[in-house]
Amino acid sequence: MRDIAVVAYHQSDCLASAGASNEVELIMPVLRQVFDQVGLHNAQDVDFVCSGSCDYLQGAAFAFVAGVDALGAVPPIRESHVEMDAAWALYESILKIRMGHADSALIYGFAKSSPGELPIVLSQQLDPYYLAPLWVDTVSLAALQARLMLDKGAITEADMAAVVARSRRNALGNPRAQLAGEVSVEELLAEETYVSPLRRHDCCPVSDGAAAMIIATVEQAERWGKPYARITGIDHRIESHNLGLRDLCDSVSTRRAAAAAGVADGAVDVAELYAPFSHQEIILSRALALGESTAINPSGGVLAGNLMMASGLSRVGEVFRRIVEGEAGRGVAHATSGPCLQHNLVAVLEAA
Amino acid sequence: MSDDAVTGIEAPIYLQYQFTAGRAPARFLQRLKAGQLTGQRCPGCSQVYIPPRGACPACGIATEEEVVLSDKATVQSFTIVYIPIPGNPIEPPYIVANLVPDGANISFIHLLSDCVNDEVHIGQRVRAVWKDASEWDYSMDNIQYFKPIDEPDVPVAQIGKLPVSGWGAGA
Repeated sequence: MRDIAVVAYHQSDCLASAGASNEVELIMPVLRQVFDQVGLHNAQDVDFVCSGSCDYLQGAAFAFVAGVDALGAVPPIRESHVEMDAAWALYESILKIRMGHADSALIYGFAKSSPGELPIVLSQQLDPYYLAPLWVDTVSLAALQARLMLDKGAITEADMAAVVARSRRNALGNPRAQLAGEVSVEELLAEETYVSPLRRHDCCPVSDGAAAMIIATVEQAERWGKPYARITGIDHRIESHNLGLRDLCDSVSTRRAAAAAGVADGAVDVAELYAPFSHQEIILSRALALGESTAINPSGGVLAGNLMMASGLSRVGEVFRRIVEGEAGRGVAHATSGPCLQHNLVAVLEAA
Repeated sequence: MSDDAVTGIEAPIYLQYQFTAGRAPARFLQRLKAGQLTGQRCPGCSQVYIPPRGACPACGIATEEEVVLSDKATVQSFTIVYIPIPGNPIEPPYIVANLVPDGANISFIHLLSDCVNDEVHIGQRVRAVWKDASEWDYSMDNIQYFKPIDEPDVPVAQIGKLPVSGWGAGA
């Protein structure tokens, strides 16, 4: 099997609103950054391009096609798209390279979530007969999940607040973060509930922005002569759309994906987990069997800024960045999709 | 057991958005409201795009330079519509054309009217017929339609390559 190297990564600032910018204007700057990191001109210099986005977010049909304007697709390029987080665009790109159909790939994800009411927009990803017509929003579903965990004694509200406090503190070192600061568990618990038992800070903010990554075979990465990290394992699993059929206090899909990706085959120095709600980070840490020796979400994670359709790719990028900067030797990146952690992707990255 | 088939359910869902066009399209719409067609030039390949989206799709680089275009254009392609479209106030048969304004390198779609349908052809020169200035908005509807003008045809190879100063004897 061909080894995969992450060679470049960039994420825009997480903004509460990107103002007038359209998708092309959001994407272009992050593409320029990753091209410059490798010394490439444009998408003509990679073998494959794959993006992740969701037209429902900005409410514009075929917005992802407009995004192609950012690439330089003349003469025609080989390009694909997933109506998902770009972490799955990374997965598709890895398959493409492993099958020998490409030696390098550009992956990007973008979203302008601010124009719509995101929790309601996301209700449209639920099953179309029973749940979507009720407009059950993502925050309410996450609140049901948190309530189950609290009543079972699986977590306490203080555990949830501790996740938020660490996220805010870690985000002080992340210039791309939207929410950062020094705040105590006591201060967080003193705040009002929003959708009980969740407080506002238990929920990730709505953010606009984009992220991009370049991957290649290890041989191509060495030809480029740039520092890289290897992706040694990647897998994704999905659970039933029927919330009543799932154990919402656990993440079976994450555990299975982690086993297939080989998370337990070595020490995990750093883990970047896509947990849009504080209690979900605890579910994920347990499913991944992460211990005291793992730094969890040193970037602040998505509680500090959540670029829909790019945050999963950013988790991989944040682990990559820490490995090439020598802060970590081996790390785990996680991406999620769907209500209450329905669909989960786990990747293992190691130093070259 | 009932054998009444459920053939549909009502599930009204309303998603509300505050749409923004983008920085480059917003600039285009502002100029359009003032009765002017504008494009943006690529700093790499020099192509001028209308409406501009902020990027050159061929080069993948940002476009910044604004170019004021003519409201004279050339027919790049056209079709005669004979089928009435529900909700469309225009009576068939009418002509929908791909038009390249002078100074731009890419076409947009608009109506062609005040013409003999059977005589419309590729390379034909046309000019915008604007609504009264009091009705101008952020919309291509500011132009009611394009109509033929008395200028020599543009050879196919030259379509989309004319300077903003125009073409032929009328230029």
